[in-house]
Amino acid sequence: MDGRRKTEDRKGNSPSTVYGLRSNYLNAIRAIAWKDLAAELRSRELLTSMLVFSTLIIMIFYFALDLDAKARDNIAAGVLWVTFAFAGTIGLNRAMAIEKDRGCLDGLLLAPVDRSAIYFGKMISSLVFMLIVELITLPIYSIFYNINLFNIGFIGVILLGSIGYTAVGTLLSTMTVQARTRDMLLPILLFPVIVPVLVASVKASSGFLQDYPMSEILPWLNILVAYDAIFLALSFVFFDFVVEE
Amino acid sequence: MSVQPTVLKVLNVLSVVLVLSAFIIVVFFTPIEKVMGLVQKVFYFHVSTAWIGMLGFVAAAVVAIIYLKTKEMKWDIIGLAAVEISLVFFLITLVLGSIWARPIWNTWWTWDPRLSSAAFLELFYGAYLLLRGGMDDPERRARFGAIYTLVGVVAVPLTFFSIRALRTIHPVVFGSGDSGTSMGMTSPMLFTMFFSIIAFSVVFVTLFWHRIRLGQLASTIEQRKLQADLSN
Repeated sequence: MDGRRKTEDRKGNSPSTVYGLRSNYLNAIRAIAWKDLAAELRSRELLTSMLVFSTLIIMIFYFALDLDAKARDNIAAGVLWVTFAFAGTIGLNRAMAIEKDRGCLDGLLLAPVDRSAIYFGKMISSLVFMLIVELITLPIYSIFYNINLFNIGFIGVILLGSIGYTAVGTLLSTMTVQARTRDMLLPILLFPVIVPVLVASVKASSGFLQDYPMSEILPWLNILVAYDAIFLALSFVFFDFVVEE
Repeated sequence: MSVQPTVLKVLNVLSVVLVLSAFIIVVFFTPIEKVMGLVQKVFYFHVSTAWIGMLGFVAAAVVAIIYLKTKEMKWDIIGLAAVEISLVFFLITLVLGSIWARPIWNTWWTWDPRLSSAAFLELFYGAYLLLRGGMDDPERRARFGAIYTLVGVVAVPLTFFSIRALRTIHPVVFGSGDSGTSMGMTSPMLFTMFFSIIAFSVVFVTLFWHRIRLGQLASTIEQRKLQADLSN
């Protein structure tokens, strides 16, 4: 298996095939992401459970916190991000569990592409699922809590936050599916390292929703962008170590 | 397993002597702080244990990188030792800090960046131990442990900075703090602080050594069990 990969690498390093290799890499990412999306479009298991779950959390929050109108405006960002974080772990667990169950991951690893392509493929499909869930949750939240959430800056924060969340989440879920306590383990591993994303996303989101000046929102956006960049780069390096064997 | 080397035996005695003398110096020979009173004395051990926690944290990070480069099991044992020591000492730091904070800040706990990051770090260590516990294959356990350590090593400073963007009330001990937040220590106090830090550093080396020896024993037992299972 390793030998085969090495020959491919050597072939790829010759100058004439550099362009071919790059498009091969992008094609691999697209193929993996598309495979997940197509499977989900047919079964709709994952999106349905994530959506039902996130709607339930929103409803429970309403009654648990017993909110008046003013409090509702202040806590919107916090409630939404907690919801996304919880619903996200379902998606991440599931995305890797389907690869592990019938040895699909081993099959993917045999493919003659750089292994980070598998990571980016899985990360993109998880990101798309998360964004779909978030974009459906927002109007539901708007109606239930009677608050206008349509704000282009807020949507941008959701995108940045979800990238950071799935970047780390995909890396960690690749590890946790191989453990005995797999489903239980992911949130425990993920939440201590995802705190910066959640803090910055909540602050930036409520900044946009409450019309704060841009100078107060910008530091949080910087943290988000930095976190996304750092963890995408780290995962790119570490994924090889996670799947090697 | 061999008996303890002589150096380690010397370190055992030295650790006990140094910590006891640090305790005596703190209690009997260090001046009482004018504003905060007796409770300020907790600070000397608070700083020292935090220092050990930091040492363990940095050691775990360095060792994780070395493990991923070399793939030698001894580095995994050292990494686990560093994490466990860091976990215990940061916990002591948090408890001592709370004891100090109750009369001074009038609360056991506040969501200051240092306190929150230390608390999240404790949870991160807990997750690390759970991850290791969920893995049966020693090689995979070591590899995933090292990767997760490095993820945490990058995430924890980011946690600190993201929470620091909210205001902090933690006193600044070193460097330029405002007069309101700096500790303003006299030279006997500084001596006591550095003495405690050195004493705890010796404790760190001793514990680290013992924990590595324990890890080696544990891995020997694990291998013998595997061999016994195979031969049955």
